[in-house]
Amino acid sequence: MSGIPVITVKDLVKRFGKFVANDHLSFEVYEGEIFGFLGANGAGKTTALRILSGLSSPTSGEVIVAGYKAKKDPEKIKKNIGYMCQKFSLYEDLSTRENIMLFGGIYGMSKDLIKKRTEDLLEKLNFLEYSDRMISDLPLGLKQKLAFSVAIFHEPKIVFLDEPTGGVDPITRRQFWEMIYETADRGITVFVTTHYMDEAEYCDRISIMSEGRIVALDTPEELKKQYDAGTVEDVFVKIARPPNPPKGLPA
Amino acid sequence: MKRFLGFIKKEFLHIFRDFRTLIILFGIPTAQILIFGFVVSTDIKDARVTFLDLSKDEVTRKISDKICSSGFFRRVDDLQNYNEIDMAMKKGIVKAVIVFGDNFGHDLINRGKATMSIIADGSEPNTATLITNYITAIVTDFNRELAGTSASGNILVQPEVRMFYNPELKGHFMFVPGVITLILILVCALMTSITITREKEFGTMEVLLVSPLKPIHIIVGKVLPYFILSFIDVIMILVLSWFVFDLPIKGSLILLLAETMLYILMSLSLGILISTVSKTMQQAIFISLLGLMLPTILLSGFIFPIENMPKGYDWFSAILPPRYFIVIIKNIMIKGTGFIYVWKETLILTIMTTLFIGLSVRNFKVRLQ
Repeated sequence: MSGIPVITVKDLVKRFGKFVANDHLSFEVYEGEIFGFLGANGAGKTTALRILSGLSSPTSGEVIVAGYKAKKDPEKIKKNIGYMCQKFSLYEDLSTRENIMLFGGIYGMSKDLIKKRTEDLLEKLNFLEYSDRMISDLPLGLKQKLAFSVAIFHEPKIVFLDEPTGGVDPITRRQFWEMIYETADRGITVFVTTHYMDEAEYCDRISIMSEGRIVALDTPEELKKQYDAGTVEDVFVKIARPPNPPKGLPA
Repeated sequence: MKRFLGFIKKEFLHIFRDFRTLIILFGIPTAQILIFGFVVSTDIKDARVTFLDLSKDEVTRKISDKICSSGFFRRVDDLQNYNEIDMAMKKGIVKAVIVFGDNFGHDLINRGKATMSIIADGSEPNTATLITNYITAIVTDFNRELAGTSASGNILVQPEVRMFYNPELKGHFMFVPGVITLILILVCALMTSITITREKEFGTMEVLLVSPLKPIHIIVGKVLPYFILSFIDVIMILVLSWFVFDLPIKGSLILLLAETMLYILMSLSLGILISTVSKTMQQAIFISLLGLMLPTILLSGFIFPIENMPKGYDWFSAILPPRYFIVIIKNIMIKGTGFIYVWKETLILTIMTTLFIGLSVRNFKVRLQ
């Protein structure tokens, strides 16, 4: 971690009609950091993530990603970020190699560079035997690793991971986090949303959203101290649980 | 541009690796042309008929020979009495029975008048009507010959009927344009809406939208392969109809292909529009099949003439793009007319295309908000 901000958000507001999805968010994410973005379903995480990745534009406020303003240069932002969504996002009917080549091409990489990096990647992942197999033949764990590798294949400044480990077994999840660490060590910032609280412990810093606002932002250790909780999960439950639970539900 | 080409290549890979897509693209058009051309025929050929000839004279022999040598009928063993008629029909051995009464030839020569009956199988009304019309025509012809040879022959007014553009009233003149119209809207609208909603459903659309590819590139890249393949489809259908059915293209081929491109473009934009309103592939398939294919078959004038539709149905038909394309393609292929006779339909199709593209762009923007 260097302390140089790669994402700067100031007073970000996003409204859909009368509904305020993001209510004056302000935070910074630093280069090479693993930033955990937590919150209950409907807290506004996805909306914020969509704005940061250029899929949607803010109603007001300032968003700077990888040095470009989200309102002015969403196209430039797109070239400098990687993205992996909850749903598995490679093409099932293309081979491993074809998927890598396709995304390399979409990000404007040169043919030689794509070739070289593809071989490196296949070797690093021990994927050589799968390289010409269709993605649909791969086990889920391998697919997930590959999807992540493809998301950072063009060496972006930031990679956004939207619940990347949903439905994956614990061993694969661990391996996946090893890949995340390695990526952050290389200086690529990792911005990750998750529902697994043990994963939140792995992050450098986490923010917790509730009802459109960021209600806590610090290192996991600091937050645990602050809220007098043993785990991040306890912190989360204390913060994210609405003060008045809806009628008919147990408190 | 290089990004874009890689993206198009990927779409072709999707198509060529999916057996079902290939069947829809190339198998169905071929099958439809052959089925509609050969099986669903409105002509009669080798219809089985039999005779109950109670007179058995020279005149009845001449008439029956004339009927059987026309090429439309095949003669089945003659019947011997009235009771056999019902049985022959029921067994389905014959489609019609021609009955000559006692002393047919004698009556005709001496009294100048004789009666024969044609009994046809009414359970198939279309065929029955065709058969009786054909036989009546042959007998009328025989009458005229007879009148011509005898001095006392009456002078009869004989209307001479000619069918313009399709002198033999061949059925595939109607079916080939219809099949092209149907296939194109099916392939373009259905396949486009499926391929786009598939990306949405699998989550790859989001990855594409986050990438430096512009939305317009994504849509064009997905649609362009279908444009090319459906154009190849049209050429395939035209060549097939040329070789198998001798179907001519009387008008300008260039005009025909240009109009076809417009129609393909219209169908593609309709497919894009469908994909913007459906969340899943199932939905897209449902809308395309129920909303497009059925109305195209039933209400576009493909099979049932629009002029005969009850009020309301013809209005509904007016909003169906295929209806206009059928007029255009029939005019060019069969009548050989030029652009001045189809400009109105062309204009309507152009307006519809613009409308569909406009609506799609609007829906797409709303989704991205």
